[in-house]
Amino acid sequence: MRFRLTEDQRVLKSGFREVLARRFGAEELRGAVDGSGALDRWLWRELGEVGLFSLRLAEDEGGVGLGVPEAVLVFEEAGRALLPGPLVATHLAAGVVPGAATGETVVTAVGGGGLVEWLDEADVVTGDAAGAVPLRSVDPLTPLHRVPGGRSAVRPDDLFVLLTAAEQLGTAVRACEAAVQHARTREQFGRPVGAFQAVKHLCAELLVRVEVARVAVYAAAVTLDPVDIAAARLLADEAAVRGARDSLQVHGGSGFTWEADVHLCLKRAWVRVERGGSITESEEMLAGDLLIDAS
Amino acid sequence: MDLAYSPEEEAFRARLREWLAKTLPALPPKPSPDDWPGRRAYDLGWQRTLYDAGYADVHWDASPTTRLIFLEETEKAGAPYVGAGFVGLLHAGPTIAAEGTAEQRARWLPPILRGEEVWCQGFSEPDAGSDLAALRTRARREGDEYVVSGSKIWTSHAEVADWCELLVRTDGQAPKHRGISWLAMPMDAPGVTVRPLRTLAGSTEFAEVFLDEVRVPVANRVGDENDGWRVTMVTLSFERGTAFVGEVVACRRVLGEVARQARANGVWDDAGVRRRLGRLHAEFRALWRLTQWNVSEGEASGGVPGVGGSVFKLRYSRARQELYEVAAEVLGAGALDLGCEWVVDRLSSLSYTIAAGTSEVQRNIVGERILGLPKG
Repeated sequence: MRFRLTEDQRVLKSGFREVLARRFGAEELRGAVDGSGALDRWLWRELGEVGLFSLRLAEDEGGVGLGVPEAVLVFEEAGRALLPGPLVATHLAAGVVPGAATGETVVTAVGGGGLVEWLDEADVVTGDAAGAVPLRSVDPLTPLHRVPGGRSAVRPDDLFVLLTAAEQLGTAVRACEAAVQHARTREQFGRPVGAFQAVKHLCAELLVRVEVARVAVYAAAVTLDPVDIAAARLLADEAAVRGARDSLQVHGGSGFTWEADVHLCLKRAWVRVERGGSITESEEMLAGDLLIDAS
Repeated sequence: MDLAYSPEEEAFRARLREWLAKTLPALPPKPSPDDWPGRRAYDLGWQRTLYDAGYADVHWDASPTTRLIFLEETEKAGAPYVGAGFVGLLHAGPTIAAEGTAEQRARWLPPILRGEEVWCQGFSEPDAGSDLAALRTRARREGDEYVVSGSKIWTSHAEVADWCELLVRTDGQAPKHRGISWLAMPMDAPGVTVRPLRTLAGSTEFAEVFLDEVRVPVANRVGDENDGWRVTMVTLSFERGTAFVGEVVACRRVLGEVARQARANGVWDDAGVRRRLGRLHAEFRALWRLTQWNVSEGEASGGVPGVGGSVFKLRYSRARQELYEVAAEVLGAGALDLGCEWVVDRLSSLSYTIAAGTSEVQRNIVGERILGLPKG
């Protein structure tokens, strides 16, 4: 048993982190938030070039030929960067929808909760989006439509849920890093606020949730067991949503402003919770499994 | 990243399973929790059985993955846990193995492995619990002996222990983290008095130990004089890194039993209970993965477990308490019956966020040593 990253996986993850830091760093993120609301097609093709969409496609089909664990690692980084767009849907369409693998085609999907992200910008929609009605999306970087029939109509498939959980994990990492960075540098009462136990303990719990979510997501990527995937999404959703809220708390008043990035983490995390389908269903599935497999 | 075990590891698992199936039915019945001599004999007997079968040193010499398999399989089979051997096998033994001299290793390690001697832990004091380094038990040097006076508390197995891993202050002038030494004290030395303490669960899990001019040979000091804090950190990293593996397996089993009990008595119809059970299922699955992750990382770094154990302990201790809260809801009025094992376990679970470093101390460790936040 070698349940840790291989050297290749480490390199892949850090390499992708560097690409995103260069191409979609803090400035580009703010630019996108304050921009036109259109999807950056140029960036989308670049993501195609570095293999985000074709990662699991076989090499003789023009892909990178890697597996789900590697996909999870790069989607974690995408989540950390708060990279906008229907990334998971396009990735899952690679090899099925022409142009998806290279980033020429933007593919969106009807997710859990009956929501469609980036519908107006997408070239292709997976699932039935007939009669979709636009919402005023809470997340400034995820335009949303709602399809009639709501969540009962849609059950996202496992890989869709798992890669969404990987993005949640990455956003949880970002929320934790932001909280720690703020707690180290922001001074009150003559010392960094991170020296106060109440603040320090919020940060510690942020990290604990990140690490628990991380092993759940990585293990699910290895086993692809539906029960593992359900567990991973619950823990990753919790790490991202609670993490963003606690990070906001650590940031104090500035955390409640538009200028701080924390709200972007929280709002994206909320969007992804819906994308993953009903939380109750995941919990019920896990509960039911206890009666089957007590080991 | 993989979760598959190697053919050698699977062969070990198969051999162990077969041996457990053959051995466990012949074990004597478990003594009552308050029968200390009975517990000592039972736990040492099990260790001797392991020794004779070649499994005694699995906690020390086996690869971390092999050890993980050992703990998983023994727990699944319902084998006894280390019990009275806990401190010897999981704290003192590894510490002596890492920090002791050749003579010390030869003197103390074989009897631990053979199930002949029981150790207890003399770390905490009435006025120095979480602030362990504030300990005041002093040791004055007289020739080749230390003369030790003070008192220790929360000492499990003290009533039946042969040895105590004892932290003493050998330099009262030094800053509090220096000036501490780690001694192996014989529990039958004149001047040692043990007073059992009753826990809120009703049992005498641990004791207070009073030390009045107890003479301990200087040769019993592990590590340098006044270097005991560093030696202790080695001990504690073992405690937090690996001590809970079997318990996670046990909790996963109990969770399944709670679910089946809920189905049997109708509480299962409550969607709130089902959802909580589902969440706990996710939680304990992840804790098992975290265990596997920590073991794999430990194997890669080759040895002493790191501060990642604090992350594990924080989450595990809370999950364990939540497990027994749900169990109580499933039991209903039965949750007030001390005759039910889950009720006693619910009470015991209250200690998990306190013992071996409170959750508050663990959060400080995570905040300061992992996240690099400034000390308060």
